[in-house]
Amino acid sequence: MDKREEVLRISGVNVRKCMRCGKCSGTCPSYDEMEFHPHQFVYMVETGNIEPLMNSESLYKCLSCFACVERCPRGVEPAKVVEAVRLAAIRQKGNNHLKASAVPELLDEDTPQQLLVSAFRKYSK
Amino acid sequence: MQRIGVFVCHCGTNIAATVDVKAVAEAMKNEPGVVFSVDYQYMCSEAGQNLIQDTIKEQKLTGVVVCSCSPRMHEATFRKAAAKAGINSYMVEIANIREQCSWIHKDIMTATEKAIILARTAVAKVQLNAPLTPGESPVTKRALVIGGGIAGIQTALDIAEAGFDVDIVEKQPTIGGKMTQIDKTFPTLDCAACILTPKMVDCAQNEKIHIYAYSEVESVSGFVGNFTVKIKKKARYVDTTKCTGCGICTEKCPKKSVPNEFNLGMDNRRAIYIPFAQAVPKVATIDADNCNMLKNGKCGVCAKVCTAGAIDYKQQDEIIEEQYGAIVAATGYNPISLEKYDEFAYSQSKDVVTSLEFERLTNAAGPTSGQLLRPSDGKHPHTIVFVQCVGSRDTSGCGKEYCSKICCMYTAKHAMLTREKYPDTDVYVFYIDVRTPGKLFDEFYRRAVEQYGVHYIKGMVGKVAPRADGKLLVQASDLIANEQLHIEADMVVLAAAIEPDKSARSIATMLTASMDTNDFFTEAHPKLRPVESPTAGVFLSGVCQGPKDIPETVSQASAAAAKVIGLLSKDKLTCNPCVAHSDELMCNGCSACEKVCPYGAITYSDKEFRQPDRTVAIRRVASVNEAVCQGCGACTVACPSGAMDLKGFSNKQIMAEVDAICK
Repeated sequence: MDKREEVLRISGVNVRKCMRCGKCSGTCPSYDEMEFHPHQFVYMVETGNIEPLMNSESLYKCLSCFACVERCPRGVEPAKVVEAVRLAAIRQKGNNHLKASAVPELLDEDTPQQLLVSAFRKYSK
Repeated sequence: MQRIGVFVCHCGTNIAATVDVKAVAEAMKNEPGVVFSVDYQYMCSEAGQNLIQDTIKEQKLTGVVVCSCSPRMHEATFRKAAAKAGINSYMVEIANIREQCSWIHKDIMTATEKAIILARTAVAKVQLNAPLTPGESPVTKRALVIGGGIAGIQTALDIAEAGFDVDIVEKQPTIGGKMTQIDKTFPTLDCAACILTPKMVDCAQNEKIHIYAYSEVESVSGFVGNFTVKIKKKARYVDTTKCTGCGICTEKCPKKSVPNEFNLGMDNRRAIYIPFAQAVPKVATIDADNCNMLKNGKCGVCAKVCTAGAIDYKQQDEIIEEQYGAIVAATGYNPISLEKYDEFAYSQSKDVVTSLEFERLTNAAGPTSGQLLRPSDGKHPHTIVFVQCVGSRDTSGCGKEYCSKICCMYTAKHAMLTREKYPDTDVYVFYIDVRTPGKLFDEFYRRAVEQYGVHYIKGMVGKVAPRADGKLLVQASDLIANEQLHIEADMVVLAAAIEPDKSARSIATMLTASMDTNDFFTEAHPKLRPVESPTAGVFLSGVCQGPKDIPETVSQASAAAAKVIGLLSKDKLTCNPCVAHSDELMCNGCSACEKVCPYGAITYSDKEFRQPDRTVAIRRVASVNEAVCQGCGACTVACPSGAMDLKGFSNKQIMAEVDAICK
């Protein structure tokens, strides 16, 4: 399946609802950590430019705090788009992004606990 | 047996592309009573109308069926054409094969089949049509305007100018509405009060205009030309004929801490008050909820200081009844409540204000006498952030789906005026789109950017966090720079969405006028009848019909007035002849019809009837006042004996239509 279709199917989000106001990125607490910001995720998925997102560290910097989902005036749910790209990346065959053994040395003292919890939830599968 | 002609319209390709019009015309030739059937490119054209007229004469037609667009479009056209050719205009029926067929179907086969059924149905009805003659009803030459803001004021002035009496009902103690609270108007920057108050004074001085301030509409009955309206004059506890508006009572009243609604609660007024200096009528009003005398009988200061003896603690609400020929809704708007927008900290910080509050903070009659000071500490703000689209264009359920239309321009005005008066202030405007479609609007916005150095940033504020030191930490995105911004602001101004006034819904119910899902009144036609409600005799003025700025409101107000004047200048109105009538021989006198009639058109009387055995019996039977009946048909459904029937839509005709559909 086409990567764009896959991401749209996993997320269940209609990215065309986005009116490009940028409130998601205005509210994002992890903004400075991310190479691609929430509004870019929505826009790049809409235009089918998925590869750079799948290879970006930004996937793992999203806290899944859902502030963007909560405040989006159009109900676009950007965090679900990020999550869908993340799942699409994980589901690629033979393309492991992270081994459990690698976690300790990657740990950052400043990382919010929320991110760790979120990560464990995602990688426990 | 009728001699019926069927005329099938192509409507260019509107119908012909989806419906096989020739097949429809051909099929109708076999219908009983049809002596002529033809298709034509544009039935509504002059040539099309001539075709109908010539055929009526040549074929000696008694009935006509036109298969075309909705009867709302051209029923009147074809009825007039038929009348010119000598047949009664109510012998014409329209089969709507455009809106109800070609436009909503894609498949030619099924659309054609449906068009044939619709045509057959109309033919079946015409078989039973009878000639009808419209009656006449008188017009009360007086208009009512509900709402005394700039929309209501302009409508009333224009109606009065044409020589008709007009009453304004305003629920606040003064007319003037929202415009009295606005400081300057875009794009010319005239002072709002300077251009509004002369119009308010004109209203007060005009002999043709009567202002019912501090009053509300209680009930409306009747119909176009003949409305009866009950108006509640709320007790002011002040005799308006004696009060001189000197204002001594408003200075001496000991109750000092009532939030002043004119300044949106940012300062206080007394329990007896005059909203502002130029109020019309300039008389005091006692706020009964806050008056010690009215609450527990202990005070009476205002009565003691009033040299005119105008204070009357025993005053009661008064209901008056008036007759009107036309009613204009001009109920206006309010900014939405921001309680669902916690992220902007509106309820947490006094320094986060709405745009309307900002108007008061910059107005000379406002709580700060026009000095732009922070509400929290009275200090001059050096960084101000304006946030656009707060609650507008919002489909998340917290706000409104529509664009509030006025915010882009008033924010540009606020930003520009701030920079002009306080050049040491940094002003940021966060926008999604800047919408400036209006005369000199875009020039105005560009002036704010280019001449006044307002920082316009494409992006939205994500959150506002009040800090302990009084600063507001604004976190926002700058989409063009692809950056997240953190601004330490002294004030944040939210361009809150606007919504129709809460009273609009109950007024719409009283007027039987329709509303959309946002509680804006709907127009009779969105393009071609924009100031009329679908309910005859009810007109729309101002924001109650949809968001608009002052110039647009004034234009629409004058347009509504023109429509009212057109109505009131008639001595008689032609009534719809499709009214109910009662078959007295079948009526059993049960009163079911009288109870359901919304217009009070049905009365009962005792009548003598000759019985089969030649004796005479007295029975109670219904009769319909045809001038009052609006032909809604409620009585025909309620009548258990089948005595009530609607002319032009008789039970027999409707059953014949159903039979034709089911054939």
